Amino acid sequence: MGDVLVFAEHLGGHFPKTTLTAVNAGTELAKRRGGSAIAVVMGDAPDAVAAEIAKYGAAKVIALKHPALKNYLADAHAAALAALVKKTGAEFVLTTATAEGKDLMPRLAARLDAPMASEITAINDDGTYVRPMYAGNAMATIELEGPVKVITVRGTAFDAAKPAPSASPVENLDAEIDSATLKQEFVSFNQTKSDRPQLTEARIVVSGGRGLKSGENFKVVLEPLVDEMGAAMGASRAAVDAGFVPNDLQVGQTGKVVAPELYVAVGISGAIQHLAGMKDSKIIAAINKDEEAPIFSVADYGLVADLFKAVPEMVEELKKVKAH
Amino acid sequence: MKILVPIKRVPDPATTIRVLPDGSGIATDNVKWVINPFDEIAIEEALRIKEKQSGGEIVLATVGQTTWQEQLRTGLAMGADRAILVKNDGYLDSLGIAKVLARVISDEKPELVLLGKQAIDDDSNQTGQMLAELLGWPQATFASKVEIAESKVTVIREVDGGLETIAFKLPAIITTDLRLNEPRYASLPGIMKARKKELKEIPLDSLGLALSPKLKIKKLTAPPKRQAGKKVGSVAELVSVLHTEAKVI
Ligand SMILES: Cc1cc2nc3c(=O)[nH]c(=O)nc-3n(C[C@H](O)[C@H](O)[C@H](O)COP(=O)(O)OP(=O)(O)OC[C@H]3O[C@@H](n4cnc5c(N)ncnc54)[C@H](O)[C@@H]3O)c2cc1C
Repeated sequence: MGDVLVFAEHLGGHFPKTTLTAVNAGTELAKRRGGSAIAVVMGDAPDAVAAEIAKYGAAKVIALKHPALKNYLADAHAAALAALVKKTGAEFVLTTATAEGKDLMPRLAARLDAPMASEITAINDDGTYVRPMYAGNAMATIELEGPVKVITVRGTAFDAAKPAPSASPVENLDAEIDSATLKQEFVSFNQTKSDRPQLTEARIVVSGGRGLKSGENFKVVLEPLVDEMGAAMGASRAAVDAGFVPNDLQVGQTGKVVAPELYVAVGISGAIQHLAGMKDSKIIAAINKDEEAPIFSVADYGLVADLFKAVPEMVEELKKVKAH
Repeated sequence: MKILVPIKRVPDPATTIRVLPDGSGIATDNVKWVINPFDEIAIEEALRIKEKQSGGEIVLATVGQTTWQEQLRTGLAMGADRAILVKNDGYLDSLGIAKVLARVISDEKPELVLLGKQAIDDDSNQTGQMLAELLGWPQATFASKVEIAESKVTVIREVDGGLETIAFKLPAIITTDLRLNEPRYASLPGIMKARKKELKEIPLDSLGLALSPKLKIKKLTAPPKRQAGKKVGSVAELVSVLHTEAKVI
């Protein structure tokens, strides 16, 4: 009882920071519930990634191997993970609410006939959890019943696991999958190319909205600021819908949730759906020509100005600060 | 092709949500109720598939109270053919809803089920994936493009760091993301026609399902409110406060 299986997402031999967040949250949960955290790395050749994850303090790492686990696909991964839950008798399965985590965990929960809590932000001592609803306008205290519970955590609500003094033991297992039941086929992954930090990992995020008016302006006006600050670039839904920037830059209720040390909103009005994805940032700065824009109600520092003038100026000012 | 689209009734996304002082829920006076925006995208996609194939049937389904008929009628006015309301006044968690929908689907036998990736009230993002598992069907969540050729479906999905393409045979579950399409409005003739379309009510009890929610909501609280800070007078001042006061650059 109390053991937590942590699904460790990885791609191309690497794992995102959100995987370390899951390891830490899983360790935290196991501690509260009197069990241990076991990280599960799945793949057709999971050994190398498993050895990497083993550096981050999980009680154990299981490397679950099967040819059908080569690429991430919900049906194969849910089948293998459910079988492992039964085999280990784990009480919890946890991961971070990334696109992959969101895709996999509900399917797993249904397979285990278990309840699932999405994107929790806190683990309470009394056995309850906290999660946002209504675009973060309500925080729900929830209870999960039954022998197995499935949980995703919000990446911004937990710290990432740190390297531990000694490596966790790694157990190698062959995944139990009935290949005849698999129906999904991986075709391709078209990765957005960028040399900038990941949106969900960056210390500074600079986001642009409809106020930028075009994809070209994102390039010539906003990107110099993004790069001068060494930031990740984000966007509002309006900017993504208009095709100014790729989909995976959307910050908000139905996009990515970020909480960097500094969030700079440029030409973004601050709709509730956008705020849901960034209002836990440590410092928020906003540039908008409309002094009534709702973004100013959450901004620590607001500048009422035309962005086309202010942003290039800001790049110059930053250079001056750097020179000092 | 027969397509089933499960939909949910939610507060209009433009509504200001307030938690009741006793934490039992949200204030619903002055709330305008609408079809969950992602489900509207699902209805639109179903309509486009039907138009392209020039044939087929679109069935809407929901699990809720009598008032939810309104949203089903709106979907019928957009162009869906008929609707099913599984009447339930009690609380069900996502898995419960998925079990009810799985039952409706096994009676209706659609080849494709299209639904929203998340409902904007509880923001759980679970039902479609649960449904896929309960039915033993393939799933494509967060779809931004759907292509159907014969009985093979290719879906482009919005995932972290890019776009993923997966494929499978029908029957299947697809959940919609924002970029899939822009839903049409119901036309006046559409609204007139919708009044005569079939809307069947099924009492939940009559399905004989054993459903006991294992996720329970104990209470709701309002989130801590972030205070507005100050306005700065110039770009130079902004950079200066970020550097010396906030110390983030
Ligand atoms: C189901 C659903 C889900 C959604 N999910 C999300 C989500 O996840 N993320 C999200 O962001 N939105 C989301 N939205 C959309 C959200 O409601 C808003 O429509 C969107 O955030 C608006 O984007 P914006 O601020 O860029 O555009 P607008 O609201 O049009 O604001 C543009 C701003 O730019 C300013 N501006 C214009 N020109 C200049 C200039 N020259 N200089 C300075 N300022 C200028 C204007 O004053 C204005 O404030 C969702 C909506 C729905 C219905």
